[in-house]
Formats: sequence, C-alpha cells, structure tokens
Amino acid sequence: MKRLLAIVLSIVIAITGLWITTKLLMPKYMSGILEGAMIAEYYDDPTDHNVVFIGDCELYENISPVYLWENYGINSYVRGSAQQLIWQSYYLAEETIEREHPDVIVFNVLSMKYNEPQNEAYNRMTLDGMKWSSSKVDSINASMTEEESFIEYVFPLLRYHSRWNDLNSDDFEYLFHKDKVSFNGYYMRVDVKAAENVPEGKPLADYQFGENSYYYLDKLTQLCKENDVELVLVKAPTLYPYWYEQWDQQIVDYAEKNDLTYINFLDYQDEMGIDWSTDTYDGGLHLNLAGAEKMSDYFGQILVDDFGVPDRRGEAELDDYWNGVIERYNDEIERQTTNLEKYGSVHEPDEQ
Amino acid sequence: MLFTSYEFLGFLLVVFLMYYIIPGRAQWSFLLLASYAFYFMADPRYLIFIAITTVSTFLAAKAISDKKLAFDAWFKEHKKEYEKDERKALKAKEHATEKRIFLCCLLFNLGILAVTKYTNFTIANINQLLGAFNDGEGISFVNLIIPMGISFYTFQSMGYLIDVYNGKFEAQKNLLKFALFVSFFPQLVQGPISRYADLSKTLYEEHRFDWRTVSFGLERILWGFFKKLVIADRILVPVKAIIADTDTYTGFYAFAGAMFYALELYCDFTGGIDITIGVAETMGIKVTENFIRPYFSKNIKEYWNRWHITMGTWFTDYIFYPISASQFMMKLSKKSRAKLGNNLGKRVPVYLSSFIVWFTTGIWHGASWNFIVWGLGNFVVIMISQELEPFYRWFHSKVHVAGTFGWRLFQVIRTVLIMSSLRMFDCYRDVPLTFKMFGSIFTDSSLAQINTEAFIGMGITGYDYLIVFVGLLILVSVSLIQRSGSVREKISTVAAPARFIIWYGLLMATLVFGAYGIGYSASQFIYNQF
Amino acid sequence: MEELLEILGDLHPEVDFTTEKGLVTGGILDSFDIVSLISEINEEFDVTIGAAELTPENFDSAETIYALIKAKLDDED
Repeated sequence: MKRLLAIVLSIVIAITGLWITTKLLMPKYMSGILEGAMIAEYYDDPTDHNVVFIGDCELYENISPVYLWENYGINSYVRGSAQQLIWQSYYLAEETIEREHPDVIVFNVLSMKYNEPQNEAYNRMTLDGMKWSSSKVDSINASMTEEESFIEYVFPLLRYHSRWNDLNSDDFEYLFHKDKVSFNGYYMRVDVKAAENVPEGKPLADYQFGENSYYYLDKLTQLCKENDVELVLVKAPTLYPYWYEQWDQQIVDYAEKNDLTYINFLDYQDEMGIDWSTDTYDGGLHLNLAGAEKMSDYFGQILVDDFGVPDRRGEAELDDYWNGVIERYNDEIERQTTNLEKYGSVHEPDEQ
Repeated sequence: MLFTSYEFLGFLLVVFLMYYIIPGRAQWSFLLLASYAFYFMADPRYLIFIAITTVSTFLAAKAISDKKLAFDAWFKEHKKEYEKDERKALKAKEHATEKRIFLCCLLFNLGILAVTKYTNFTIANINQLLGAFNDGEGISFVNLIIPMGISFYTFQSMGYLIDVYNGKFEAQKNLLKFALFVSFFPQLVQGPISRYADLSKTLYEEHRFDWRTVSFGLERILWGFFKKLVIADRILVPVKAIIADTDTYTGFYAFAGAMFYALELYCDFTGGIDITIGVAETMGIKVTENFIRPYFSKNIKEYWNRWHITMGTWFTDYIFYPISASQFMMKLSKKSRAKLGNNLGKRVPVYLSSFIVWFTTGIWHGASWNFIVWGLGNFVVIMISQELEPFYRWFHSKVHVAGTFGWRLFQVIRTVLIMSSLRMFDCYRDVPLTFKMFGSIFTDSSLAQINTEAFIGMGITGYDYLIVFVGLLILVSVSLIQRSGSVREKISTVAAPARFIIWYGLLMATLVFGAYGIGYSASQFIYNQF
Repeated sequence: MEELLEILGDLHPEVDFTTEKGLVTGGILDSFDIVSLISEINEEFDVTIGAAELTPENFDSAETIYALIKAKLDDED
C-alpha cells in the first residue's frame, strides 16, 4: 500500500514537473509579438457570435469588433493569426462552427497565394493556442513543415526546450495566467506611418492559385453550406502584399460559381474614406485604428443590410461583456497615445 | 533512423511492449523481425547485403562444423586402424577441406566489404597516380551504396566464422537464430562487435519482464541520451566551426578544437553504446561493454584496451594473433634473430604484425588517407612507448613518483593529449592540412587568442559552454564513482526519494538542455559512418 | 618448466610466475608479450602454437602454458 502510494506520488510529481517546465518554456507572446497569444484568447470569451472573421493580419488589424458592437450592435470576433494559411483558417472555421455556429463567417482571401506549409514559427502561433480537438490535429498535420514533428505539438517542451537560455521575467509573470492582448481578436495600433510609393507588384510567372489552396477553399465553402453559415470572401483594402488583377479574377469567378459574396475592399477605398497618409501605421501593409474603424464602419453596414446581422445591444449579458472590452479598448488607445507623445512610439521603451 | 529521432523512440516503445506481450519462446523470432524492419526502414536495398552475408556465413560455418563433427566421430572409431603418419595425413586432408570452405566464405564477405567501401577510394588513388601522366582524365567514380553498419556486421559474422573454424564452438544450426545474431538491431549501426559466444548466451533465451533489469536498461539509455544530446551535440557546433575555417582558427583554436572533439567523440560514441546496451538490457539481453573509462588510461596501449574494446579485441584475436603466430612470422623471427641479434630480432615480427593491424584499423574506420595515417600514428606512438619502457623503468627506479596522484594525473593528461592530437586526422579535410593545423598549435598559439567572444562566435552561447562544463563535471564524477563498481547498482541502494531525484533530474536535464529539435541540426552518431 | 619460467622472467622480471594465476585476465601479459612468448617457445621447444590457441585460459599461468606446450610435444610423437 505504502509502495503504491509512493509510485503514484512519484508519477504525480513527475508529470507536474514536466507540465510546469513546459508552461515555463513556452513563449508567452505578452510583449513584442502579441499575435502569438491571440488564438488562445478566443476560448475565454462568451461564444454565440453572429459574425466570425477568420484569416490573417488583413482581418485582425483591419476590423474592429468593438466598433462593430458600438455602432451596429454586431456581436463578432476575429479569429486571426499571423500568416494564417488557408487550411488553418478552414480548421478554425470547423472548430468555430462546432463550438458556436455563427451566422456569417468572413474569410480573407490573401492566403490563397500560399499553397504549401510556410514557416514553423507562424504555424506555432496559429496552432499552439488552439484547444485540442480533431480540428487541431488535422490543422497540425496540414501545416507541418518538413522539420516539424507532430509529437512536438503534443509535448511542446520538445520544441521549446531550447528557450531555457532566453527565459525572461515575462515567462515567470505569465506562467499561469495571461493578459488579453486583443479586443475580440483585434490587434490595435494608433500610430501613423503614411504609405508612400507603394510599389506595383512584380509580374509573376504563374498567377494560378495552387490546388491545395482551392482544395481548402472548396472545403470551407462546403462546410459553411452544410452548416447553413453564410460565407463571405473579402480582400482587405491594404496595399501590400500586392493583390494581382489575375488573382482577383479567380476569386470573382469562384464566388460566382459557388454563389458566394466576394467583396474586394481595394475597390471601395474612396467609399470608406481611407486616407493612406493617416490611416496606416506601417506604410500601407496594415490599417491603424483610424483606418480599421473606417473599414469597420463600411463593412458593418454591409453586414447589417445584406446579411441581416441583428443589433444585439440591450442583451444584458452581452452589454456587460462588451463594456469590459470597450473599457480595455479605450485604455489601450489612451496608453498608446500617451506613449506616442512621450516616446514617439506606441511601445514603452523597455518593450521591444 | 537515428538513435536520437522520435521515430526510433517510437519504434523502441512498440518493440519493447510487443516483446513482453508475446510468448517467451517467440521473443527471439520477434527480435529478428524487428531488426529486419529496422534495417528495411533505413533502406530496403540494404537487406540484400546483410542477407547474403548471413546466409553465406551460416552455410560455411555449418559445413565446417558438420565436417569437423563427422570427422572426429569417424576418427575416434577408426584411429587404431592407421599408423601415426597416416593419421597425420588424414587430419591434414580434413583440415585442408575445412580451410577451403573457410577461406571462400571469408574472402567473399570481406570482398563485399571492400568493394562497397573502398572502390571509390581506390579509384581516387589510381587517378591520382595516373594524373601525372594524363591530364586528370581519370576513371570515374562508381555510385555504390554502402549498407548501414556493414563494417560492424561483417566483422561480427567473420569473427563467428573464424571461431567455428578454430573449433571454439559448434555452428548455430538455425539460420534464423544466426540471422538475429548478425542483425540484432540495437548494435547494428555502430557496434559493439559482439562475439557469438557472448551474445548467444542471452539472445535466444526467454525473458520475463523484470522491473530491475528493465529499469537498469532505461537508466542506461537515459544516460546515453544525456551524453549524446546535452554534451556531444552541443560541443559539436564549435568543433565544426573550428575545422571549417582553418584560416581563422589556427594555433590555440586548433588545440581547443581537438580538445572539444575529444569530448564530443567520447560522449557521442559512448552515449550511442550506452543506448545500445541499455536497449538490449531492457529486453534482458547482455551486450558486451565497449568502453571502460578510456581517458583514465595510463598509456595508449591501455587506452586501446579500454576504448572501443570489442573492435580492439577483434583486431587482436583475428588479425594480430593469426599474423604473428603464422608460420611465416615464426620463420621471419628465426631469421631476423640470426641476422640482427636476439634483442632486435625478436621485435621484427611483433612490429610487423602491429603495423599491419594498425593499417587495417585505420582503413576500417574510413576509406581515406586521413584514417590510414591516423592508424599508423597510433602504431608509431605505441611502438615508441614500447621502446621507452626501459627508460621509464630506469626513471621510476630513480624518482619515486609512480603511483602518486600527480604521476597518475600526468599519465591521464598525456593519454588525452596524444589521442586528441592523433584524432585531428578525423577532423580535417586531408593529411597535409592536419599536419599544418597540428603544427600551428606550436607556432601560432598566443594568449591573445583566448578571448571569450571568439568562442561565442562559434555558434553556441556562453550558457552552452557552461552546460558543457557542468556536463563534463557530471561525467568525470560518474567515472570516478564507477571505479568502485556499477553506478546504477549504487543508485539502486540509495533512498527512494533520492533515487527519484537523480532519475528525474537526468531526464529533465536531457529534455531541457539536450541540443535536439528545431534550432539544432540533427547530427549522426559519429561512428555510424564506419 | 625451467626454460619456460626463464622466458617469462625475461619478459617481466618483476612478476613471480610460479604463483601468478592471472597473467592475461590480470593484465600482466599483453598481446605483444604473448606474441614474443610464442616465438620464444617456438625457438626453445620447437612447437608451433596457433592463433586459435592464444586464449586467456591457455595463458593465464605458467602451468597452463606449460600444459599447452606439453600437449603439443606429446602430439608430435
């Protein structure tokens, strides 16, 4: 009996030790690269969104769910991550529908240009944050580059063990809890860096989107049809990476064939009132807060008019939740603006 | 499949579980299956080579053994019918047939080894020679596959064949059992070169799950991974940097490179062997030890009795002894004694045999002049120390330092320095460059070279050097403890919580500080290539 | 036996070969010594010892070596 107890105790200590070590060594993404923390945040918030945006930075930096809530009463979330590849978006959509069944899913089509797994670090930022489910397993299998192994996702210690020599105070501070870095998936920047002389895209040898990309776009279309979810394809209005005419045509054709709505916001820059000298923080790659709110304003109207997304302001629980987000949102605007005045950057000097 | 791959660990886990689930009498057959699967996964074509060696050796050994038995039985009965001379003639005739079978098989298998491993080396040398006469238009190289572990399994099979031929034991009657002996997967890639008489004791037995044996095996595996992943693969980075840039890294750096390499090779090779022996142990199979703290040796001869032991004894038993005990050598010995006097004359056979052995050892390690010069370097060092023996005897009669700690330390340092210098041939591209770099240690070294930034610039951080240093301390401590008996035995006697801390600490250290995964390039165990 | 002890004594003056029972297993005779030994024996007794007979069991003490030589000599006639 005593022996059994000792064995059980040893196993418990051993597993706890491994678990804590893993926790400690996994990147926290609490300062610097915040994007890595965004996927995991989704699970803490109330579900039951009417609109879920799924895609890369062209969504999570350009659309502000807070603005949509305040002005249209749209309850939405951006499930975005850096360089999110289309199969990753697909499996996020699969998981989202499983969990909450939204009315509308918005997908940004820029990632159609990536036909193969790209970059281990970005894979990690999208995949590590997901809760375990068959969607996560499939997403990992679809995303792994040659150097990666599935087991390293199951036991992240095997991947992150080499971080032992760059552990910092963040790793200890955020060992068991994390701060919110986004506002329902929106990554905020208030600073301005005007877009000047954005180069035309260099001619490509082949404009055809890859088979794999289409395979997952088909799957996404199918998934939404089967579950009675409205799929909206969008291309964000940002200038770079360059969106080719030929690419656009393929999506137009695809949308037509599959009876989907496709909105290329590049065509509506004037209607939205985007001013590239004030509405971007990095010279046209991403919108800043001012730009994102302009785009949200325009897109919000479409969502209400064309897709009948309801105004849910007045539902007590949602009001409560959103008030909290709005408060954080305004605090963040305040913080970034102050920093900007004080240091000329939205970051504090000790933040990289 | 590298030992340090997830695939190998997964493979191991499956084999281990199956091994204890299936009935005991099926265990050895299952191991054969697993070994062939292991080989198949590396490259299906390899199977042909190992199968040919297995079958040919099996048949030859069995033929010899059967003939021997039949003859002995017949001879016992009919002995009295013959005169002494006739008896001798009969024996000689019998011996001659056995010898024919033996030589055929031996040459055939060594031929396969030679062709796969040395064809291109030979072509390169011929081209070099001919290069003087034509304009470098030489014979083109052939694209041959070199089956994984061929040097090891060929030597292991030939050892068996020679032993059977010499009547040490009867040949194995079951082809599949013999096939397992040749292909036993933990030792297939990098040895040890087991003897049939040793390995067969436990290889075919039924093994019940025994926690103590299994835990000892696991501990050994973990220790192997610690040495390999935490120390060897980490220090390999600066070793590679140093040997890659011979313009920058001369003098003291070349020396540091040689020292790092001494540590790297030790941890890599002994770590790999620890894994091999540990894996076998978890299945209740005893594989011969291959190392006994070699760097603690008092001279090079002793070093070679303690480093890669199974290879050393193989060369001694199957090459050195047969050559030096041959008729030719005996005659040569007589002649040289007559011509050169007793003292000098008796050295001739020993030296000649040693020369051949070290030449062979060199070329066995790799088809290049680097290894040949390395082997002969060992030969020279051993001969010198042999010749210096009277001097040392005289020295010790005058100065009483023998046995003191200082003298022991001096011997150990001397061993490490000499072996590290010789091993520079392992590292550098060719022989002249090695000599140049070795020379630079004496001509280009300056204190100014010893600066931390330069060492950090070799691809690992100061923390990494710290880890290596701590690892080295652990290594030395373990070796010192080991002098008075098995470390694992000792651990098994300490209180359970302390035991837990040791095991768990080792596991965590390996997991966290191991230089594996993304960011570290997977490096092969050095000995895989031989 | 006398001759054998003399040969052994030449190799290692510091060892008492009449009592020592672990010449090979104890690491007193190394491979060089063994080879010198068999060539001396060949010289002295005119018997040839084959490589297969160079085992620790045969060379672990003066007695066993002598037994080996004796067996060879007996076999001759």
